[in-house]
Amino acid sequence: MTAQIGRLPAPAVRRIDYGVFVVLSRLVAIIALVVVLAILSPQFLTWGNASNVLRQASLQFLMAAGLTLVVLTGGIDLAIGAILGLAACLSAALISQGHLVWGIVAGLSAGLAAGSVNGLLVTVGRIPPFIATYGMLWIAHGLGYVFMKGEVIYGLPDGFRLIGAGFVWGIPVPVVIAVVLLVVLHVMLHGTVLGRAIYAIGGNPNAARLSGMPVRPRLIIVYALSGVLSGFAALIVIARVNAADASIGEDLLLPAIATVCLGGTSLFGGVGGIAGTAIGALILALVVNGMNLLGVQTFWQSGVMGAIILISVLADQVGGARLIGKRS
Amino acid sequence: MTETTLHPQLIQRSAALEILKNAPGAFYLLALIGIVLAFGTPGFFTVANLTNVALQVAVLSIVALGMTLVILTEGIDLSLGPVLGLCGVAASLMVVAGYPLIGAVAVAIGIGVTSGLLNGSLIAAAGLPPFIVTLGTFGIAQSIATVLTRGDSVVQLPAYYRWFNDGVFLAVPVPIWATAAVFAVTWILLYRTKFGRYVFAIGGNRQALKLAGTYVNVYHIAVYVYAGVLTAVASFIMTARMNAAHPTIGVGLEFDAIAAVILGGTSFEKGHGGIAGTIVGALAVGVLRNGLNLLEVGTEWQVAIVGVVIITAVGLDSIRGLNT
Repeated sequence: MTAQIGRLPAPAVRRIDYGVFVVLSRLVAIIALVVVLAILSPQFLTWGNASNVLRQASLQFLMAAGLTLVVLTGGIDLAIGAILGLAACLSAALISQGHLVWGIVAGLSAGLAAGSVNGLLVTVGRIPPFIATYGMLWIAHGLGYVFMKGEVIYGLPDGFRLIGAGFVWGIPVPVVIAVVLLVVLHVMLHGTVLGRAIYAIGGNPNAARLSGMPVRPRLIIVYALSGVLSGFAALIVIARVNAADASIGEDLLLPAIATVCLGGTSLFGGVGGIAGTAIGALILALVVNGMNLLGVQTFWQSGVMGAIILISVLADQVGGARLIGKRS
Repeated sequence: MTETTLHPQLIQRSAALEILKNAPGAFYLLALIGIVLAFGTPGFFTVANLTNVALQVAVLSIVALGMTLVILTEGIDLSLGPVLGLCGVAASLMVVAGYPLIGAVAVAIGIGVTSGLLNGSLIAAAGLPPFIVTLGTFGIAQSIATVLTRGDSVVQLPAYYRWFNDGVFLAVPVPIWATAAVFAVTWILLYRTKFGRYVFAIGGNRQALKLAGTYVNVYHIAVYVYAGVLTAVASFIMTARMNAAHPTIGVGLEFDAIAAVILGGTSFEKGHGGIAGTIVGALAVGVLRNGLNLLEVGTEWQVAIVGVVIITAVGLDSIRGLNT
């Protein structure tokens, strides 16, 4: 009897253990990567390269931020890359013709529209998230190609390019933007009704519904937010590469999912957070940077992303299950 | 077909209506496209075009049959498209390098089995979500295929290779024989063996099956292996059809296959569905693509239109209460 009563608070303690496990394993991964790369490549520990890694990490974070919110609700958004591509094309077309404000509005609205449709399909349409967003992937992809007709847009105004390629006191602008977004989303997740709803829906959707939470409207907002953030990331990406074509978002889905997985956010929902995604983005940027420095063929990148997804999810499942003491 | 407690006479009267009500979206979609095409394009209902459709649908049907089993277990396999590309590239490289065909076939099947084992064990034994695991293998298979060919196509396949697509046996093209054979084997496996009953049971109530003392994991992994093997089989038809192997040859095929399965009335939940619907679903997707070609709709629009049609069909099915 006493033993059982004594065991009661255990789950809470073990949950913290799981968080510690995730943070520690990522810290070890970062240190290991830095040490190995510093030994293998003399260029790694230079200020220029560090700034490169940080910029790469911030772009990675921007692309995975919206996805993190969706995954926290127990859903998935496979359309983020394609939405980013479509938004990038629309924005680049308008901005390159001098309509700066309209270009930004178009990119963000395209993201908002596609994301809202995803949300409606998942909630009102009752379509499983991965099939609804996978359908949206092909729709956005197709529309991007229809809009571009195989053309490439390049040469964006310098003022606009600042948000992707500029510096503030020596720090790349995307890094500043990513840090601001990280703080905003962290506060949103832990200090607002919407944030608590996201965790509640991911933890137990039925309990959330039965406790009177408006689950469907909240879910629609989350998918819409994911779309808007993809549109926002599109602006930074085109400002950085100074060009856009219809295929710009094609290879961005796997890295974004890898970032979220590396960040320790559970794919079953309810566990994790946006800070983890920032750590995941840093690890991924280090891996990509290392591959570039060591001259690994780019053909291998999607394979490495796939392997990272499998390994990080498996490690959290095995390691995390042992600590939490149960398997989902 | 459906269990109902209605009075026999009532069942008699409403049987036709009942069938219409329960028919999966694929039947309606197929009928609708058929009518549109019959009026819109004179070239559709010709033997030549219909044979063409059947040939186009063969690869999709074979992959979709494997996908049906996966989805019946409440799973998904996004890696089948890139795995098809990898099988095609590996087998083609071997025959071009002069190895005998049997070796190439063994390698392709081996790749299908390996990816199935990887997917299956991570999903069944480690309990990871299917779409994330198969997205991981998606990336890996895509990468290996690209590395093998350095991003190029494998061309100058030996002449006999085309037999997989162009060959005719007893007046029926080889791809159609292959589809029929795969359908027959899958039908027997699914409806006449213990494996088949367990496939439905894993989707219906995996926990109960486990508690009953079954080696659930073995059967669960076997489902992904079977899907991988069928994809390897389909890769030969696909490669012969293109007369070349390219790493991205299968990209998007997994989406068409999922669409065929869902349009065919197989549900993502609780192991509801079957393989007969999948064939109709594959025909619907194939005819839709063929029809859009005949109507001279550009590839870019086709991709978007297929996406819309599929989401609509799945949504309608789910609202009608067939799925979920």
